[in-house]
Amino acid sequence: MTSLDLTSEEAGDELVDQTEAGSVTRSQWRLFLRRFLRHRLAVLGVLIFVALLVMSFGARWVAPFPKNAQNLTDLTIDGPGRDHLFGQDELGRDYFTEVLYAGQISLKIGIAVAVLSTALGVAMGAIAGYFGKLADGILMRVTDAFLLVPSIAILAVAFKKFGNSDIAVALVLTFTVWMTVARLVRGQVLTIRELEFIDAARIAGASSTRIIVRHLVPNMVGPIAVNATLAMVNAIVAESTLSFLGFGIQPPDTSWGNLLAQTRGYLGTSKAYLLYFPCLFIILAVLAISFIGDGLRDAFDPESKK
Amino acid sequence: MTAYIVRRLVQVVVTIFFALTFLFLLYFALPGDAATLLAGGDGRVPDPVTVRQVQDRYGLDDPLPTQLASYWQRLVQGDLGQSYQSGRDVTSLLLEAAPRSIRLSIWAIMIEVVVGISVGLISAVRRSSLIDRLSTAVTAMASAVPVFVLAFVLQYLFAVIPEDQGWADFFRFETSGRGDDTWLLFFIPTGNTWRYLVLPAVTLASVSAALAARTARGSMLEVLGADFMRTAKAKGLRDREVLAKHGLRNAMLPVVALIGLDFGTSIGAAVLTETAFSWGGLGFYIAESVRRRDLPVLLGFTTVVVLAYCLINLLVDICYAWFDPRVRLRAGTAK
Repeated sequence: MTSLDLTSEEAGDELVDQTEAGSVTRSQWRLFLRRFLRHRLAVLGVLIFVALLVMSFGARWVAPFPKNAQNLTDLTIDGPGRDHLFGQDELGRDYFTEVLYAGQISLKIGIAVAVLSTALGVAMGAIAGYFGKLADGILMRVTDAFLLVPSIAILAVAFKKFGNSDIAVALVLTFTVWMTVARLVRGQVLTIRELEFIDAARIAGASSTRIIVRHLVPNMVGPIAVNATLAMVNAIVAESTLSFLGFGIQPPDTSWGNLLAQTRGYLGTSKAYLLYFPCLFIILAVLAISFIGDGLRDAFDPESKK
Repeated sequence: MTAYIVRRLVQVVVTIFFALTFLFLLYFALPGDAATLLAGGDGRVPDPVTVRQVQDRYGLDDPLPTQLASYWQRLVQGDLGQSYQSGRDVTSLLLEAAPRSIRLSIWAIMIEVVVGISVGLISAVRRSSLIDRLSTAVTAMASAVPVFVLAFVLQYLFAVIPEDQGWADFFRFETSGRGDDTWLLFFIPTGNTWRYLVLPAVTLASVSAALAARTARGSMLEVLGADFMRTAKAKGLRDREVLAKHGLRNAMLPVVALIGLDFGTSIGAAVLTETAFSWGGLGFYIAESVRRRDLPVLLGFTTVVVLAYCLINLLVDICYAWFDPRVRLRAGTAK
């Protein structure tokens, strides 16, 4: 996405900020926030994402009907309408309610994978980059190996072995997306560890762990956060894809991908709207998160004008 | 240059070793699986005596290192075993499926290169124009839509609607199978084959094309701001020449690298595309073998995919180093 690029006016703002603000960290944070808020699409992304979260996790209060409640008196209701916003599925369940509840698992998996894969990737990348030599060689070959193996093959088999609970799906997906963070962090560490302040910390007697945790990682927060949004997008799409192929979340649990799998037969019939809504929610979530990622990138690194 | 190639080769061999060992362990070493499957099939509880016989016969009871060693031994000899389901040689299945996948990906890559790169370049040159905004929005959408959703949409628009509305035959595309499956010079469709080819090829190309467009746009923008572009203009070259000779050449490097790396994502996309359109290539069989729990087929096919991916990336890297000496000189420290 194009950033709404920095104008000279904003450059002026930044100068003012730096001279006025008392504390450096606070001023940096405010600069960051200001740049982020300038990115209109990112703000829109945050709004959409929060709305999705509230609607899914607050489904008990937001949804017009209880989960799985069947309207057995009138199965003829077809298509979206006033009472049933997204229509009704073949079992007489309100589809709006179903889609909201399905979002719980999809979003939960997305967030869990973003957090877990970032933690794993940062650890691997930082260790490889900081210690170098043998540790680097081994860890990077393992990273390459994971990048190589088609993740769909790992996922499909792993699910058969470890079950299809949302926790299992999140854990298994984590193992297929942590590599990009690891490579990114390693590259950053290779540059940062040569800087003087790392030497200074070492001379002051800081342990390797302390240097990594207190000096290296905080300096890479930007790229790591941007990458976490990417991981979340990948996880949501991968989860929906797998559930769609029949390997991921299984009924009676529902996710957006799994709703799609259940309704794919309706393509081309009058009930085809059952397919549109889960699709729409997946696309909304993915777009919102990517916009947030773009905003974060611009806010952390005003130089980048991709 | 030779030193660079040797170093990359060593890396690739080590990576392949890790990857295939990991796959083997994932598929075979976790408890109880393969033997139960062979003896009774999925979801049933087979007779323990039969399970024992099967374990003995296929060596599934041997200690892991022995099993792994014999896997590697057979792999090096080119023996991928037989399918649990049909008993056919995995190699012969592969020889049947691989050309189909290669044909499909040739077309997908052509679409990706032609459409993706030109859209990216145009929107970089005409930055902030309507075309730029439009293409940015479309590429963002294309990377947000899961492949199978796109497959649905295309099937609906180009097969279901024309059928319902009774459009002329020419506008109808097929959504399943390969038609006559006749080809000229390996990849040019003849007869009615092209009707079956269009939709899967477009689906497969879409995600990569969007990515290529974004990369091309980004790197062209970067190059447009470079000093040497100003210099070229200052020495009196026309805009067109500056763009084509100085801009394009430098802007293409990251795109070439992307197309190589992207092969990995397109394997995932191929599994979905080929399943959605019943194309019968590698991806189709991978999905199918997972569903039927046909471990030798799955292992054999993924092995081949891993090898192909490695080779393609190696070639791309070597080309890259050849074009851009900075890569091979820097590569000593960071990869």
